[in-house]
Amino acid sequence: MVTHTSTNTGGAVAPDGATASAPRVQDPVISVSGLTKKYGEVQAVRGIDFEVARGETFGFLGPNGAGKTTTIKILCTLANATSGSARVAGHDAMTERDSVRRNIGLVFQDTTLDTYLTAEQNLRFHAELYGVPKPAVVPRMRQVMDMVGLWDRKDSLVSTFSGGMQRRLEIARGLLHAPRVLFLDEPTVGLDPQTRSSIWTYINELKRREDITIFLTTHYMDEAENCDRIAIIDHGKIVAIDTPEALKASVGKDRVQIQTADDPAAIAALAETFGIEAAMHEGAVTFSVAAGEQFVPRLFAEFAVPIRSVSVSRPSLDDVFMSYTGTTIRDAEASGTDAMRQMVQRFRAGRR
Amino acid sequence: MATSTTDVTAAPEPGVLVDQIRVAVPGGGLRHDLRAAGIVWRRELIRFRTDRLRAITSLIQPVLFLFVLGTGLGALAGGHSLPSGISFKTFIFPGVLAMSVLFTAIFSAASIVWDREFGFLREILVAPVSRASIVVGKCLGGATIATFQGIIFLALAGFADVPYNPVLMLTLIGELLLLAFTLTAFGVMMAGRIKQFQAFMALTQMLVMPLFFLSGALYPLNGLPAWLSILTRLDPLTYVVGPMRHAVFSHLDIPPAYMEHLSPGITWLGWPVPIALSLGIVAAMGLAMMGIAIAEFRKTE
Repeated sequence: MVTHTSTNTGGAVAPDGATASAPRVQDPVISVSGLTKKYGEVQAVRGIDFEVARGETFGFLGPNGAGKTTTIKILCTLANATSGSARVAGHDAMTERDSVRRNIGLVFQDTTLDTYLTAEQNLRFHAELYGVPKPAVVPRMRQVMDMVGLWDRKDSLVSTFSGGMQRRLEIARGLLHAPRVLFLDEPTVGLDPQTRSSIWTYINELKRREDITIFLTTHYMDEAENCDRIAIIDHGKIVAIDTPEALKASVGKDRVQIQTADDPAAIAALAETFGIEAAMHEGAVTFSVAAGEQFVPRLFAEFAVPIRSVSVSRPSLDDVFMSYTGTTIRDAEASGTDAMRQMVQRFRAGRR
Repeated sequence: MATSTTDVTAAPEPGVLVDQIRVAVPGGGLRHDLRAAGIVWRRELIRFRTDRLRAITSLIQPVLFLFVLGTGLGALAGGHSLPSGISFKTFIFPGVLAMSVLFTAIFSAASIVWDREFGFLREILVAPVSRASIVVGKCLGGATIATFQGIIFLALAGFADVPYNPVLMLTLIGELLLLAFTLTAFGVMMAGRIKQFQAFMALTQMLVMPLFFLSGALYPLNGLPAWLSILTRLDPLTYVVGPMRHAVFSHLDIPPAYMEHLSPGITWLGWPVPIALSLGIVAAMGLAMMGIAIAEFRKTE
């Protein structure tokens, strides 16, 4: 048995996909078993188990309220689990809090920078809080700030930074004490698409440069593609866990969405004519079939309901999410008073 | 190219891909906690230094009290009750001096609530440092900047005919520091409980004025009606304003009869409370409240 080693060779990078292997984990940096968390009557996490290997980028994917943030809080020692165990970097997250804290870096959803101070002052405070040895502070500070492209702005007050710059500075700060695991809770939430992709450029860059394991949560499907492995979490439970490629392959079918003049009639007709179960998702009649591009001509030939538009897509993580949870992630997020607003948004999105 | 560690002292070349600089983060311990307290303390000072506007605005209120109220009421209170050369301004100077730290100390504790809402507190709370060191650093930091604020006001002593005697100045600064510490500890204790900034400000606003008015800052403590007499003895600020006034008046040249009347000292049912005990009460309260604050911050997840 070859032990799993992850050596940081600086410039040399393994080609993409080469590291994605079966979900057999050796030398786990994070291991969680039977974890539950209750807030009063509400069960936020309902017994989850998973392991994260050293050097891996592991994503927690799920709608808001699925239990992602609760899990990350427990792993970061910010909340106590109701039952179960969690070990991070070789220490128990409940009983050896300080040891865990020394070995992890955190980037929260909301900024925790001191906006009254300069970028450098923020990092210096962090270095001292974590006891980074004096001679290492300046070179390491420069290294992490270079990595996120902020070294030339080190003397600026954080209050003058844009949202994307602040997030980058937080990532740099989280790395300053060379943690073994970096936790990113929704690292790109609230940022515009361009800034989001630039944040990912920096995250991928740091994966290349640092010997580090990254654990992140997201509800953006496209971002989950950046992970080596993904756990899909829904209603406090992990419903699937694998590489993005394997998850997509497991779906097997293409997704077809059609816009029709009479959606309920279309759904009924699909069931009657083709024996296909369709449902309304994101404002369109949605169903899955094998070899979608060959199905579409049949659809036009045999379908009675007028079709305004049709789209066929290869399985995406959206479809993976749908096949495991029976709903799309956007549908899952629409709840309570949000539902109306989300419906309008979906309606608009469907028209685009 | 096989090694993944480099000497920590080797600075990375700009623009060149470098190996990660290894940082061995040491374990905890008392020294680490002391350093953490020092960091929190220093952050208070940096914020005070960068926020000059706050330093100036918090001077406005005491200056108004001393010069406007002091001069205005002085016309009424002067004459028979004050000896020649001693103005009403001199009389209220120690009390207004205490007031000048009151606002700053409570405001600095308010920043905990602010930081909690806007996140920075979380950065400290997730660091591998004890909660106690954070609270201690915060209390001492608030005390330090509030004392600075007091010293700025103390510079105006001459306008109230208070002499710039070094012993007097040092005594007053020491007493200010004690007062500022206790007030900050009180604020931090409240901040451990109250999580909303608005609620915190409303509550402190509600408390600050009664604390000031009941402390005997604006009037002597003798000859008061029983109800007011009791309330003044319950106000912790009284136990600092009394010794401060004593310090000021013992450096003035005034007849003993007036001294008796203007700075009678604090009494409990006729028993004169020694100055050391008076200050000891304030210190004990400060430490107790800091202890409660530590317990509160340990509890929070």
